Amino acid sequence: MSHDTLPRPVRTDSAPAAERPPSRRRHWSRRANPLAGAGTLVWLAVVIIPIYAMISASLTHQDEALGHNALKPPSHPTLDNYSTVLNNGFGHLLWNTVLAAAGVVLIVLVLCVPLSYVAVRTRSVWSGAAFRLFLLGVAIPAQAVVVPLYLMIAKLNLYDSLLAIVLPTAAFAMPVSVLILTGTLRDISEEMYEAMALDGASTTRMLFQLVIPMSKGGISTVVIYSALQAWNGFLFPLIFTQSDGPRVLTLGLFDYVSEFGVNIPAILASVVLSGVPIFIVYLVARRSLVGGLMGVGGK
Amino acid sequence: MSVTQVKGGPRNDAGRPRSARRNRAGRPSAALAVPGVLFFAFFAIAPMLLAFYLSFTKWNGLGDPQPTGLANWRKLLGDERLTQSLTVTVALTVVSWAFQTVISLLLGVWAAGRQRNRAVLSAIFFVPFLLSSTAISLLFYALLDPNFGIIHRDTLGTTSGAFLAIVFVGGWQFIPFHTLIYQGGARQIPEVLYQAAAIDGAGRLRQFFSITLPQLRNTATTSGVLMVVGSLTYFETVLILTQGGPGTDTAILPYLMYEAGFKSYDFGYASAVASFLVLAATALSLLMVKLSGFGAMRSTREGM
Repeated sequence: MSHDTLPRPVRTDSAPAAERPPSRRRHWSRRANPLAGAGTLVWLAVVIIPIYAMISASLTHQDEALGHNALKPPSHPTLDNYSTVLNNGFGHLLWNTVLAAAGVVLIVLVLCVPLSYVAVRTRSVWSGAAFRLFLLGVAIPAQAVVVPLYLMIAKLNLYDSLLAIVLPTAAFAMPVSVLILTGTLRDISEEMYEAMALDGASTTRMLFQLVIPMSKGGISTVVIYSALQAWNGFLFPLIFTQSDGPRVLTLGLFDYVSEFGVNIPAILASVVLSGVPIFIVYLVARRSLVGGLMGVGGK
Repeated sequence: MSVTQVKGGPRNDAGRPRSARRNRAGRPSAALAVPGVLFFAFFAIAPMLLAFYLSFTKWNGLGDPQPTGLANWRKLLGDERLTQSLTVTVALTVVSWAFQTVISLLLGVWAAGRQRNRAVLSAIFFVPFLLSSTAISLLFYALLDPNFGIIHRDTLGTTSGAFLAIVFVGGWQFIPFHTLIYQGGARQIPEVLYQAAAIDGAGRLRQFFSITLPQLRNTATTSGVLMVVGSLTYFETVLILTQGGPGTDTAILPYLMYEAGFKSYDFGYASAVASFLVLAATALSLLMVKLSGFGAMRSTREGM
């Protein structure tokens, strides 16, 4: 008997159709709310204006930039700033960042999925203690441990390598990942485990054939969350790397400031470029990305 | 090593009757958790303990740390900058929390409706969250530049301007995320409550304060704790936007630590500041476990 032969909860929608509100919309939001409408327009401006100013300024000639108001569209739009950035090792930075993110996601998944399975399915003193350790870890700011980590990374001969970024970033992505995964895993019903146990399945088989398939939502949230951690990471790259070899995007952006000096349009072009890859991911995977993150508080 | 239980074959759990009822089948070997725990202990817990140890040493980043007893702590507790930094950190946390909570709560509740225009606007509202903190800090660094930016005024040169800029930039980046959290929370409020209230003649405002707000209590706790913990990490924003300035007016604790360590090469002193941060963070996370009920191992779908 596989788990999909188990009885599913049946929707008890006994109210006759006539009694339901005619609209699919919520009862309390049926009338227009002018105040809320105005508020969202204000926030729209707050979101859009900096983005517009950034894109417009990144298309401005450097000569035009001094004394220029960032809100004014460029009189002679140019892509020069973008080619400047692209010719300054942007591809290398992006590649390093993708590698680092992939490494972080891989480590987090391989370590956290089995760990969360144990945390949810066993009740020993040890697994409780381990789970509590991760809960405490949620609030450890990376800043607090960067000095001792610097010492450890140096002693491990990892200084100035991508691994020096990947390993601590993965460790600091673990607490929230465990929280998300245990949240999903708790929703797998006891009956499903029992059904698989009746089939004589080992716990390893349950992990691969029940736990992982049933917690796909949680797993994709964790993938997104840990990839974002690597994507955003600044402090670890700043302190644990030095040369061009393992330099990642965030650090590269920071370096562009000293490299380009007062060339603000070039700096903004690099900011725009750094956002493009993740924006593409957002366009493609918006639903799962947003849905997964929504669960953090919806639970 | 695997433990397979057959239904109806109760495990001999005499010492722990609580667990005997649940988790009969699919009880995995604890060995599965060991690699994760070890990895986390090595790269997150051990450094925390090492930070405490280093706070009792003198170390310039080269060679080995030399024990100096309480010297760093004496210096730290007598340092005016610590008091100032603590004050800025707390003020930044509180103001950021208030700013972000009000806006993301309102936006989240609004976005929980299901009309088409809400979906489109919500998608746009999310965009700032896609940029890294570094990118956002650089963007506002440029936009606040007195010669180039939007406001032709030296915003970052004044104490209140720099402070508010950090609060605003943090909000600009993280409000999308918290809006999403509130949106998820608001969608889970049973509609029956609103229908009942509407029948009783409660207006929209009354419904908001009597149903929406109380029902979002747990969501607000989760979001609030994440905001507070998150504001401890506004390091990039401070480093790029203000370098702790003007003077030392926006030097939050992590920045103070960074300066002491990686600018003055006084890693012992930096570790003392870091230990302070660990204490604050541990207190915060204990509070979080208590307030949020994360520690309770229950399915969130129970009773639904």
